[in-house]
Amino acid sequence: MQCPKCRGTMRTYERNGVHIDQCEQCRGIFLDYGELETLTRVEAQWQQQHHAAPPPPPPAAHGPGWGAPHGGYGYGHHRQRSWVGMLFST
Amino acid sequence: MTALGTGRAPTGDLELGLAALALPHLAGASPEPVVMPTRNDVVIVKVGEVVVKAHAPGMDAAALRPRLAASARLGGIMLPPLDLAVADVAGRAATVWPAGEPVDPGDPDAAPWQDAARLLAALHAVPLDALPPLPPAGGPARVPRTVARIRHAPGAAAATVRAAAATLPALDALDDPAGGGPERGLTHGDWHMGQLVRHPPGAGAWVLIDVDDLGHGDQAWDLARPAAWFASGLLAPEVWQGFLSAYLGAGGRALGAPGADPWERLDLPARALTVQLAAAAVAAALREEREPDEVERILIDTCARIAGTQGRAR
Repeated sequence: MQCPKCRGTMRTYERNGVHIDQCEQCRGIFLDYGELETLTRVEAQWQQQHHAAPPPPPPAAHGPGWGAPHGGYGYGHHRQRSWVGMLFST
Repeated sequence: MTALGTGRAPTGDLELGLAALALPHLAGASPEPVVMPTRNDVVIVKVGEVVVKAHAPGMDAAALRPRLAASARLGGIMLPPLDLAVADVAGRAATVWPAGEPVDPGDPDAAPWQDAARLLAALHAVPLDALPPLPPAGGPARVPRTVARIRHAPGAAAATVRAAAATLPALDALDDPAGGGPERGLTHGDWHMGQLVRHPPGAGAWVLIDVDDLGHGDQAWDLARPAAWFASGLLAPEVWQGFLSAYLGAGGRALGAPGADPWERLDLPARALTVQLAAAAVAAALREEREPDEVERILIDTCARIAGTQGRAR
């Protein structure tokens, strides 16, 4: 087969079930009918697997949107009577 | 239950009647009965190694009986009662327990957060059908009850807490198993650091106490107090993280699938508990005719953020 662009010789490769013709001269690639769709499908599968990977663990001790700004309060309230009372009572 | 301070001798029909209930359970000599300090709707009389509790007025003996029977089957997780019967003492439901050693309130930093988390995870793993049929767990219903105490209270703090309360859905509906929502499981219903004792005292392992609110419910509510304290900035992040990791590490099932954001399940109960604690704080400050202290102020400030962010989201 001849390259439609530079008339060089095309060589045939088979990669992961995709049939490719590549020109030895200009390196241009020719795909058979349906091969572009096969590539698109393989790419989608790869992306899906990539996104289905377990998400990274949540950052340490993150809280809700209404929570105190990080470091906004000290934790020096431990000895306060009302904090201890709340910790231990209904 | 709180164990701050020391007790006094019992007086009156109720306290003397409670002390008498301990007698059949005492081995040998009868030590002096002592009335222990606790919340004011509950009476606790300790006689040697036996504790007798008069539950809050209005506590239904029929609701208490299955809870008592359930705790007797939860050895290693909950303190088992000495008697499966609910007594009537001067019109109050009363139950008899072995005395345990509470967490030292003088050293809150040494509190056994991770033991508590593992006990809650173990409790949450017990299938409901392994126990006698239980009523709904306490918890959600306590929120509107506490907010009602400041319904007509004057001042900006009370108004802020009411605005935060207005962001909450109807919480009594959560007690209706037909009402949908997260899967229901065995729930303590009122967990805080006062609900943990070492039994036998000194040498024993930590176990959960207080069956008054034990029942079926959204188990995330058992983690709501520490979640609210952490979110408000009262509980140090490393203590919260240790508690959460211990709970999840022990197979705790209340926070969704492994790796899920725990706040998806914690957000509502933690928001509700912040509102409840702030409402109780505002009510206490008004009753004692004083300004809210620093800790109470932090809860009220958190309510302002709840009212603000939720208000914007709607």
